[in-house]
Amino acid sequence: MEYFIELFFSGLTRGAIYALIALGYTMVYGIIGLINFAHGEIYMIGAFTSFVVATVLSIYGFPLLSIILLAGLAAAVWSASYGYTVEKIAYRPLRHAPRLSALISAIGMSIFLQNYVLLAQSPDFQPFPELIPDFEFMEPFAHVVGSSDVVILLTTALVMVGLTLLIKFSRLGKAMRATAQDRTMAMLVGIDVNKIISMTFIIGSSLAAIGGMLIASHIGQINFFIGFIAGIKAFTAAVLGGIGSIPGAVLGGFVLGLTESFATGYVSSDYEDVFAFSLLVLILIFKPAGLLGREAAEKV
Amino acid sequence: MLELRDVHTYYGNIQALKGITLEIRNGEIITLIGANGAGKSSTLMSICGVAPPRSGEILFRGEPITRMSPDHIVSLGVCQVPEGRHIFPQLTVQENLDMGAFLRTDKEEIRRDLEYVFSLFPILAERRAQAGGTLSGGEQQMLAMSRALMARPQLLLLDEPSMGLAPLIIRQIFEIIKKINQEQDTTIFLVEQNANQALQIADRGYVIENGTITISDTAENLLANSDVQKAYLGI
Repeated sequence: MEYFIELFFSGLTRGAIYALIALGYTMVYGIIGLINFAHGEIYMIGAFTSFVVATVLSIYGFPLLSIILLAGLAAAVWSASYGYTVEKIAYRPLRHAPRLSALISAIGMSIFLQNYVLLAQSPDFQPFPELIPDFEFMEPFAHVVGSSDVVILLTTALVMVGLTLLIKFSRLGKAMRATAQDRTMAMLVGIDVNKIISMTFIIGSSLAAIGGMLIASHIGQINFFIGFIAGIKAFTAAVLGGIGSIPGAVLGGFVLGLTESFATGYVSSDYEDVFAFSLLVLILIFKPAGLLGREAAEKV
Repeated sequence: MLELRDVHTYYGNIQALKGITLEIRNGEIITLIGANGAGKSSTLMSICGVAPPRSGEILFRGEPITRMSPDHIVSLGVCQVPEGRHIFPQLTVQENLDMGAFLRTDKEEIRRDLEYVFSLFPILAERRAQAGGTLSGGEQQMLAMSRALMARPQLLLLDEPSMGLAPLIIRQIFEIIKKINQEQDTTIFLVEQNANQALQIADRGYVIENGTITISDTAENLLANSDVQKAYLGI
């Protein structure tokens, strides 16, 4: 039972990170119908930014909490500026081109950013400072769930509540939903659609950056390639949950994380991906639009 | 109020408008009638900046708006109810109306306008919390018009408001168009295939064929014009 709980929490943690990244995929897909393959790289850049900032700040002896907050903020801002720029130079000029063109541009951006970080850093894994300490009050549970799991889960929950409120109630959120549902009409009510699309990339990129920092601190090492794997997994989570659906991305993330964790724990870590992708295939056979995806267009 | 001068608009390589020239004066109801594919909707999309013309000029209150972004044009007071209504399907009726007032910040006045559109279409007040996509066709048309009114337009562009609706509802919609024109002092540019209904409430009308204006006259004369009768009135 203890083992089960341990696997459960490690699955939740994994799932939380997948969900944070998957949100970016699903929001962008919802609004411009593009799979942003460079999104995994944005996450990786977030992890690197927090790595650099955290390292520098710890040299100057900043207290741990301020390091976490500043590194997280820097990662979010820096990744957001990358996300914004990628959209502006690689996707916006192709807005009216066939979909495949933008998709290829996205793959190109992904390869470019990976290699750019490879050249700027190095191909080796770098040790990532442990940002989250072991809390004393967590000690009785330490054999099943670590402090950093708890921090990751709480941060993710907080971010998701914030995002939900933003999308449901704010002026920006309503404009984002309107643009996703009918772009021409959004223009006709006076929404600056380009600005909304930029904001979508900025928000999605910040979420991925926060995920990047949390998981890097949890695992303890990073390199230029982490975005590729995480990106593919998060994309899978988004499809699993129903691409375009925000609750779907979160659900998909957790389902995928838990599946992987239990497969690793009860079968073998070699089969982790086999189970994850078999699950995807199964769900798509029986529910092609994903768990919470919408099947067909609405009456207009 | 609005003037189009020799407007040419293309979708890719296909020319939709081949030199449209027309004028709408303050307070008028003007109708544009024509067959499917004649360029009616393209004319409206060109005015709104969604399909900007390749050449020619569009003036609103004497100022060129030809190259302005759609949101800028809306902010000047030009609003369109597009063909097929384009309700945001997963936003509630209330949220759809909020989107109409997207560029406004005068909360008090917005509330007053909300009451006004609910007085025009009481059914919308009943359905405020319902998703827009679940409304009937007639209700969606009412919502689309209300959403445009929430922007407090000076010039309201209506694209085929009668399309796909039952005769009783069509009559109701046209009565309200007339009412909006009189009560709100809103100038109306009405694009219709239902030429008979449109000409009943219009002051003047234009006939569009193959992307150019072929006839321009008062509504009465158009109703009496034998060519118009044959082609558009089914007489």
